[in-house]
Amino acid sequence: MAISRRTLLNVAGATALTAGLPLRRAAADGPIVLGAIQDNSGVLDIYGKPMVLATAMAVEELNAAGGLIGRKIELKQYDSQSDIALYTKYAQQLVRDDKVDVAHAGITSASREAIRQTFRRANKLYFYNVLYEGGVCDRNCFVTGTTPAQAVEPIVDYAMKKWGNKVYVLAADYNYGQITAKWVAHYVEERKGAVLQTNFFPLDVSDFASTIAKIQDAAPNFIVAALVGGAHLSFFRQWAASGMNKKIPLTSTTFGVGNEHQALSAAEGDGILIAGNYSPELDTPANKNFLAAWQKRYGNSNVVHELAVSQYQGIMLWAEAVRTAGSVDRDAVIKALETGLKIEGPAGTVAVDPKTHHCALDIHLMVVKDQKLTIIDTAKQRPPSDTAQYCDLIKNPDDNKQYEVKI
Amino acid sequence: MDFAAIIVLEILYMIAFLALISAGLAIVFGMMRVINLAHGEFVMLGGYATIAAAKAGINIYFAMLVISPIVVGLIGLVVERLIVRFLYGRMIDVMLATWGLSLLLIGLVTLIFGNTAVSVPAPIPGYQIGHYQMGGYNLFVIAVAVVLMCGMWFALRYTRVGLVARGTMQGREIVAALGYNPNTIYMLTFTVGAALSGLAGGVMAPLTGLLPSAGGAYIAKAFITVITGGAAVIAGTLSTAALLGAVDQLVSFASTPVVGEIAMLGLALILLRLMPQGVTGQFFRNST
Repeated sequence: MAISRRTLLNVAGATALTAGLPLRRAAADGPIVLGAIQDNSGVLDIYGKPMVLATAMAVEELNAAGGLIGRKIELKQYDSQSDIALYTKYAQQLVRDDKVDVAHAGITSASREAIRQTFRRANKLYFYNVLYEGGVCDRNCFVTGTTPAQAVEPIVDYAMKKWGNKVYVLAADYNYGQITAKWVAHYVEERKGAVLQTNFFPLDVSDFASTIAKIQDAAPNFIVAALVGGAHLSFFRQWAASGMNKKIPLTSTTFGVGNEHQALSAAEGDGILIAGNYSPELDTPANKNFLAAWQKRYGNSNVVHELAVSQYQGIMLWAEAVRTAGSVDRDAVIKALETGLKIEGPAGTVAVDPKTHHCALDIHLMVVKDQKLTIIDTAKQRPPSDTAQYCDLIKNPDDNKQYEVKI
Repeated sequence: MDFAAIIVLEILYMIAFLALISAGLAIVFGMMRVINLAHGEFVMLGGYATIAAAKAGINIYFAMLVISPIVVGLIGLVVERLIVRFLYGRMIDVMLATWGLSLLLIGLVTLIFGNTAVSVPAPIPGYQIGHYQMGGYNLFVIAVAVVLMCGMWFALRYTRVGLVARGTMQGREIVAALGYNPNTIYMLTFTVGAALSGLAGGVMAPLTGLLPSAGGAYIAKAFITVITGGAAVIAGTLSTAALLGAVDQLVSFASTPVVGEIAMLGLALILLRLMPQGVTGQFFRNST
C-alpha cells in the first residue's frame, strides 16, 4: 500500500490524538488550579496582605470540605510587590505555565486593567474582588467589590443632607481616583450641590500641607477623599495634626478598606464617614464564624478588612458556581453565575447581577470611632446601578469596555 | 491676608525641608567631592532609628535629635572605614560603591522592618492663623533647620575644627605638613555628614509614613539643591533651598504639588544652564 501524504497525516494525527487522550484525562482528574496575584509587599501591602491570607483560608476551607466536584484545589499565589509590571508577568505565567481554571487577581484598577485582557484572551475566568470605580463590562470578568453607585452615592447623599452642598474632592491620580471623582461630581450635581475643587495626587505624594491650606481657603461643607495607599495615609494624619478634623467633616471612599483606622490613632481618625460592604463589627453568625476561623488560623483577626472579605466571598461565589455547573469549564461556570447565583458571605448576601457580572451587596454607612468602624445605617442588597446604565452582557456578550460617567 | 501668611509659612517649611535633607550631602559632596548615592538611605535610616526608638518608649525628641544622628553617624563611620576611604578622588568608583551600598541598605531595612509603611504621630498639635489651621510640627522643622544652619556656619567659620576641615578639603598636603592627619579629618567629616543626614531623617519621620525605599524621594532633591548651590556649603545650600522651595510651594498653591515639583526641577535646570558653577560660583563667592 502506498502511503500518501494525506493518509500519513491522518494516521499521525489520530495517533497523536489517542496519545493525547490519557494525558487530558489525567489533567481533568488532577487538582483545580486557582490563580491569585496580590500585592503582598510594597506601598499597597496594607490592602494585599490580608487578601493573600483570605485566599489561602478560602482554598483551605474548600479543600477541607472535600474540594469541588471531587477534585482538590491547588492555589498559585503570586506577590506583585506593588509593581504593575509584575502583574502582567504573573498573569502570563498563570495562563501559560500554571494553566489556571480561574484567577482571583488584582487590587488597584491599574493592575486590573493590566491583566484583564490577558485572562480574556486566554479564556480563563477572571474575578476582581475589590471596590472600584465601576463600569467594567466584560463577560469573562466578575466583580464582587462595590461600585460608586453602591458605596459613593450613600456617602454623598448622607453627607449633603447633614452638612451642606459644597464639596471638595481629593483623589488618587490614576483611573480609580479620576473616574470615582467624576461619579462624586455626578451625584453631587444630581442633588443640586457643587464640587468646589478636585485635586489629584500620584500614589507617592505624602506632603499635603499646601492642599490643607487650599481646602480651608475654599471652605467646603465636607470633603470626599478617594485616596489610596500608604503614602496618602499622610493626608489623614496631617489633616488631624492641623486640627482641621474638628472643623470640616471628612468622608472617604477608601478609608478603612486597608485598615487605615487602625494605623491612625483614635484622635486622628474619629469622625471620618465611610460606606462599604463590610465592617468587622457586623453582628451576623456568618461574620462571627469567619472571624473566629481567621483568629484560629492566623491568631489575629484585627487585620481583616473589606478587601479580604471580598476576596473570600469571590472565591466562595466561584466555588458555588462550580458546584452548580458540576464543572470548572469557563462557559458552564459563567452560565451558572448568570442565573443570579447567591451566597451568604461574612458581609451578607452576595448576589450576581447577570447583566453586569457585578454583585448586589449590603452597604453599610459607617463612622470611624475609637479605631473601629461603627455602622450607622444599612441598605440591603444595593444593586450596581451605575454600571447597569451602560452594560448588558446578556444582550451584548461580546462587550469588552469600561464605561465612565459623562459630566 | 491670613492665606498669605500660610503661604509664607509653607514656603519657609519647604526651604527648611530642603536645607535639612541637603545639609549632610553638602558636607560629603560639597566639601569632600564624594558622590554619595546612599545619601537618601542615610536619611531613611535616620527615620527608622527615630521610629524604632519612639516605639521602644524613648522620648521622641530625644530619638530624632540625638539617637538618629548618632546611629547614622556610626553607620557613616563604618562605611567610610570599609568603603569610601579607599576611593577618595575616584569619582566614578565611589559612585558605584555607594550605589551598591544604597541597594544593600534598602535590602537590609526591608529584611528587618518589612516592606511596609511605618510611622509615628507628630508630637505637636495644630495652630491657628486667622481662620486657618496648620500643622504645628512644620514650625518645629523650620526651627531645627535654622539652628542647624547657624550651627554649621559658626562651626565652619569660627572654630579651629571648622578651619582645619576646610583647609583639608583645599590642600591636604599643607594640612598634613602642619601636623594634622588628613585621613582622620576625612573620616570625621564623612561621619558628621552622615550624622546630619540621620538628623534630617529623624526630624522628617513624623510627617510621612516611611518605607525602605523612602530614600529615593530625598536623594534627587538633595543633589539638586547641593549641585545648584555650588562650592560654598552653607550659602549655596541656603540660597538654592530658598529659590527652589519658594518656587515649589508657590506653584503648588497655584496648581497641584505635582506641578510644583516639575516647576522646581525646571528651575534647577535653568539655574545650572546659566550658572554651571552653581549659584555660589556667581554670587556670594567668598562665603562659607
